[in-house]
Amino acid sequence: MVELKQIEERLATLEKLPSLKSNGSIPKALEKAGFSRRDFMKWAGAMTAFLALPASFAPMVARAAELADRLPVVWLHMAECTGCSESLLRSDTPTIDSLIFDYISLEYHETVMAASGWQAEENLENAIEKHKSKYVLMVEGGIPMGDTEGYLTIGPHGKTGYEISKLACENAYAILAIGTCSSFGGIQAARPNPSNSQPLSKVTNKTIINVPGCPPSEKNIVGNVLQLLLFKELPSLDVYNRPKWAYGLRIHDLCERRGRFDAGEFVHSFGDEGAKQGYCLYKVGCKGPYTFNNCSRERFNQHTSWPIQAGHGCIGCSEPNFWDTMGPFEEPLASRQFDPVLGLGADNVSDKIGIGVLTLTGVAVAAHAVIASMKKNEE
Amino acid sequence: MSQKIIVDPITRIEGHLRVEVVVDDNNIVKEAYTGSTLWRGIETIVKGRDPRDAGFMTQRICGVCTFSHYKAGIVAVENALGITPPLNALLTRTLMNAALFLHDHIVHFYQLHALDWVDVVSALSADVKKASDLAFNYTPNPYATGADKLLEVQQRLKAFVDKGNLGPFANAYYGHSTYRFNPEQNLIALSHYLECLRIQRIIAQCMAIFGSKNPHPQSLTVGGVTCVMDLLSPSRMGEYMEKFKEVADFVNRAYYPDLVMAGKVYANEPSVLNDVGVANLYTFKEFQMGRDEWLFESGIIKNGDLSKVYEVEEDKITEEATHSWYADNEPLHPYDGKTNPNYTGLVDGESIDHHGKVAHTKNFDTKGKYSWIKAPRYEGEPMQVGPLANIVVNYAKGNQYVVPVVDTFLKETNLPLTAVFSTLGRTATRCLEAKIIADNTLRAFDNLVENLKVDESTCAPYVIDKNKEYKGRYMGHVPRGTLSHWCRIKNGVIENWQAVVPSTWNASPKDAKGVGGSYEQCLIGLKIADVKQPLEIIRKIHSYDPCIACAVHVMDAKGNNLSEYKVNVNL
Repeated sequence: MVELKQIEERLATLEKLPSLKSNGSIPKALEKAGFSRRDFMKWAGAMTAFLALPASFAPMVARAAELADRLPVVWLHMAECTGCSESLLRSDTPTIDSLIFDYISLEYHETVMAASGWQAEENLENAIEKHKSKYVLMVEGGIPMGDTEGYLTIGPHGKTGYEISKLACENAYAILAIGTCSSFGGIQAARPNPSNSQPLSKVTNKTIINVPGCPPSEKNIVGNVLQLLLFKELPSLDVYNRPKWAYGLRIHDLCERRGRFDAGEFVHSFGDEGAKQGYCLYKVGCKGPYTFNNCSRERFNQHTSWPIQAGHGCIGCSEPNFWDTMGPFEEPLASRQFDPVLGLGADNVSDKIGIGVLTLTGVAVAAHAVIASMKKNEE
Repeated sequence: MSQKIIVDPITRIEGHLRVEVVVDDNNIVKEAYTGSTLWRGIETIVKGRDPRDAGFMTQRICGVCTFSHYKAGIVAVENALGITPPLNALLTRTLMNAALFLHDHIVHFYQLHALDWVDVVSALSADVKKASDLAFNYTPNPYATGADKLLEVQQRLKAFVDKGNLGPFANAYYGHSTYRFNPEQNLIALSHYLECLRIQRIIAQCMAIFGSKNPHPQSLTVGGVTCVMDLLSPSRMGEYMEKFKEVADFVNRAYYPDLVMAGKVYANEPSVLNDVGVANLYTFKEFQMGRDEWLFESGIIKNGDLSKVYEVEEDKITEEATHSWYADNEPLHPYDGKTNPNYTGLVDGESIDHHGKVAHTKNFDTKGKYSWIKAPRYEGEPMQVGPLANIVVNYAKGNQYVVPVVDTFLKETNLPLTAVFSTLGRTATRCLEAKIIADNTLRAFDNLVENLKVDESTCAPYVIDKNKEYKGRYMGHVPRGTLSHWCRIKNGVIENWQAVVPSTWNASPKDAKGVGGSYEQCLIGLKIADVKQPLEIIRKIHSYDPCIACAVHVMDAKGNNLSEYKVNVNL
């Protein structure tokens, strides 16, 4: 457990650093956008809970947000679809989450930056040089390596994605792999991985904080930046280097349809009567019981919805190699023909038991216990 | 003496794109090469999997076109299996698609393209009162351009610029001689740039209401949609309607007037006119409004001749790879496409750098292979796709929703119809397309509400017979133009998949005959004012709204040997 005192020291150090964007502290920007100090503290309180910190940390979260403009950020695009950047763009402007993104000092980001070509390359070189050992590196996308390294080149000098990300990692203060592609390889690394795309962890020996999801919600991205500001140490990570505060629970644990699962009420085909009633989607392939993420609590697009609310099961997008291990996405894992993974056995039983409510509930609980203990053992 | 200019990366697009041009002593472009520098191979990866999974995987072709490839992947399988989803599902997809188009078009214009037209720094010297009055020249009811609002925008900008660190806005081409807006016009556009950040979030929510999230929605399934609870909830439906109206209002009172302003002002800037690129236009019907009603229709125009619109014939589509990093060069129909990656790399060369000096660089091997994008052709000819093709083809066909909007725009800007064939035209027709969608989508919404009263079905039943072979395709129009996905299913799994996407048509490298795609052709003859700041190149390329992850895809030959690919054993 990190001591409050440690955090205070950390924030005091940050305070002494010059602001990189001295045009606007967050409080000033908020005031301009019509937010009161009270709104800000309310947000800090929510963010504190989001980061799974005790309520007494709320003022620290607020201070960390205020100091966000001391943090230079370099964002790289590797083999990717830009969905993670798009997710970030959906962050609600001009509310506080996004202000943090406006007010961290974003030094390089190909989708939003004005400079192109030589000027863009120069911006990246300058940022790495000027903020050596101080910038936060965020990488979106997998990285083609080995004989196929040339499948991604960037800039007039034709540097490979591998060369660029390696250099950027070497000089970074902290490294975040944003999205499932940079965390685990992602879609292009699915069988047969024709471009030999690799996760960022194959590029460097440094510790990488994985923020998987396809894409991750903007809250998980922003939350990690705050986490870095608050704790000089890395957050507590699970076996796949995911911050526990965000990826500590299964989708299933807080799912709005969990009561239906426990009651043995299942959708059997999309559009059936159960679908209209909001029954559990397990039998049409929901991977919520195997997937560690906070979607069921945080949802997407300012809480508008999330896959299970829209009647489709979770596809497990924040788990390693999910494209290969979780498919077919519209069938329970128990029905799969290939590649048994953890939990299959117990799950197989619960699926075949039928709809005897009490029996099923008992088996379901047992299945959870088995899966949970397996995960624990892995850690 | 000729010199080479390399622009890589082209930023403010999706994906990894490089442009190389050769200019003469007068800085006029004589040769142009555009290529993608990343390959991922999603169609290879889809092979051998459950057809129901294809849509989820093809969706990951692009996180910007986040609904386009999802729908295409689902519809191609439905087409192969012979499924017609219930009307409720079809109209729900239309509502989600409308959200995608509006999101894409407004974000493209303001966040990605605007800096090519708007000199942000110039807005500092604007007279706020004059700017506020000026806004009424372009619409009777301007958006966020009151004097107090503009003053606030200007003060925010001033605070930002004064402190020196421009962050992501650093090192841009400010002050370039081909910018045409006066300070007041720049300030109006800047105010809308900031408003758009808010509006784009709302239209993303419109997709998420039925789609669960954006990017990468998750509510389509082979046979229909899964969001039946949202459809049966009046409050949820009302949420879509209200949010959509708010965005449509922005399109009509900010986006459209800004394009009228650009049309008037940039009509005297040679670098954005008279550069049709490829004059063959190709579009496909999209936006199902009712059982048999579509907002936009299909058609082909050859050589810019608007007097005749041809029907699209699917079997005339081919792709070839003479100058692409694949082994098999011959033109093949998408159902029979082949791909074996054959990366031959970049070669040592030179380019003018940002200081105007000759620097050593890695260049395209322009005589050989130089792009991961293939060369799609229709009857052996390159085609231009996108809003320009869609609006012009539908105008030529006399489409009742398109003709009055185009005529009004041309009247308000005093531009002739021929001016549409240009960089300015590509940017303007994108806005007109957005306006037509903004003005008509709620008719589809009303039809959905009416239909739900008598029919609650959202999914059609189907079976995939493992003993049968299927083939099917999606063809349609997406924000960047005409998209098609082609699939074969055998033994209950995907045997072959291919996507022929809009940016592949437009960003095509040269074919065996030496003919390039629209990106390359539109750059020829362009005069570059300052080789250190090739803004004109970026402006032209941005007018296509490049989406390069989409454009780079592979087809996989029947029986292609997958063991050739390296599979990393350390994973």
